[in-house]
Amino acid sequence: MTAPLMICEHCDTVYQRRELVCGEVARCVRCDAVLERYHRFSVSSMLALVLTALVVFVQANVWPIVTLGLNGQLVSTRLWGTIVMMWNDHSQVVAVLAAATLFFFPLGKMLLLGWVLWFARKGQRAPGFRWAMLALHHIKPWTMSEVFVLGALVAIVKAHVYFDVIPNAGIFAYAVMMLLITVFAGIDLRKLWDMTAERAA
Amino acid sequence: MSSRLPRASELGLIGCHVCGLVCRDNDLDEAACPRCGSPLHRRKHASYIRTWALLIAAFLLYIPANLLPIMRTVSVGDVDDNTILSGVIELWVKGSPDLAVIVFTASIVVPMLKFFAMTTLLVSAHRRSGWAQRQRAKLYRLVELIGYWSMLDVFVVALLTALVQFGLLSLVEPLPGVVFFGLTVVLTMLASMSFDPRLIWDSRDTHD
Ligand SMILES: [Zn+2]
Ligand SMILES: [Zn+2]
Repeated sequence: MTAPLMICEHCDTVYQRRELVCGEVARCVRCDAVLERYHRFSVSSMLALVLTALVVFVQANVWPIVTLGLNGQLVSTRLWGTIVMMWNDHSQVVAVLAAATLFFFPLGKMLLLGWVLWFARKGQRAPGFRWAMLALHHIKPWTMSEVFVLGALVAIVKAHVYFDVIPNAGIFAYAVMMLLITVFAGIDLRKLWDMTAERAA
Repeated sequence: MSSRLPRASELGLIGCHVCGLVCRDNDLDEAACPRCGSPLHRRKHASYIRTWALLIAAFLLYIPANLLPIMRTVSVGDVDDNTILSGVIELWVKGSPDLAVIVFTASIVVPMLKFFAMTTLLVSAHRRSGWAQRQRAKLYRLVELIGYWSMLDVFVVALLTALVQFGLLSLVEPLPGVVFFGLTVVLTMLASMSFDPRLIWDSRDTHD
């Protein structure tokens, strides 16, 4: 390929690629879809963001999420306590759903991104780069962190009808982590393919 | 005006969906991207049939999802079963009309809009219509953008079940309606993913 080309995913129109200046967004003339955005984040600041999210994630799991009061009785809950309880109880489906969306899914996403970015800092492809990028591509549409944060808000309001609900630090850590995930979910990962060089096989 | 822009299929090129690499189309049935190894295809495979099948399945599941209760709340001996709609009404009455509007939009307006939009897109693309192509392309991107917000109610039920636990006594229980609803949302998401927006532009009147 001589000139760097770019194809609009939404309508198949072919464009010549050019460097974007700060804040610029390239749009498709035919269908108006976004072709490319200028990147505010460098690889190292993206990595810093992922590491911050990981720290917050640990805190979200260590601190109690919420304290419930019913008939003068106060109970604090942590995430894993409730998941195990649900599994032992009768709602295994919901236990799996909660464990996947609140624990394994965000953790997997942060670890994969962190791994890829760590090597990309030096313009290298991490071992398993292709596999990690494919995994990140395929889980992308199922990232629903912003929906989850809104869901948490609705759940607390609803629970408040029946019980005294006191949100604890854990739930705020979760909200912060989910927002951080939302920020780096918007990053166009395709850039990483162009930025890193293939290692000689 | 925009009909003079070259399209990949005319230039013998294919764009990789995963890594964005522009590849030469060498007419192989099972071509793979040289950079990331993903399969390359000019258009998504069997797009119409798959999208229709998933959309119809989603619609069929949407009926029990609305009729069956999604959640049971037990509080001081009081058992209360809620459907999606009665949950919205409860939220409205008990003092959060703004959240009620959000839940109503996510659980009822968005799925209905998706069914309507996807049917319009499928029928018009299948007839290779040149009508309102830009608007249809935008409609597709809107569906992709808002589709997953419908998961809201599923998260609410899961979170309530997770948060409201007193020892072994569970005070909030998920009911079958929420499973049907969750499946509806997943199927509509798969339906919009199997639709190929490039089909909108493969119309009879754009090529000349
Ligand atoms: Zn386009
Ligand atoms: Zn590729």
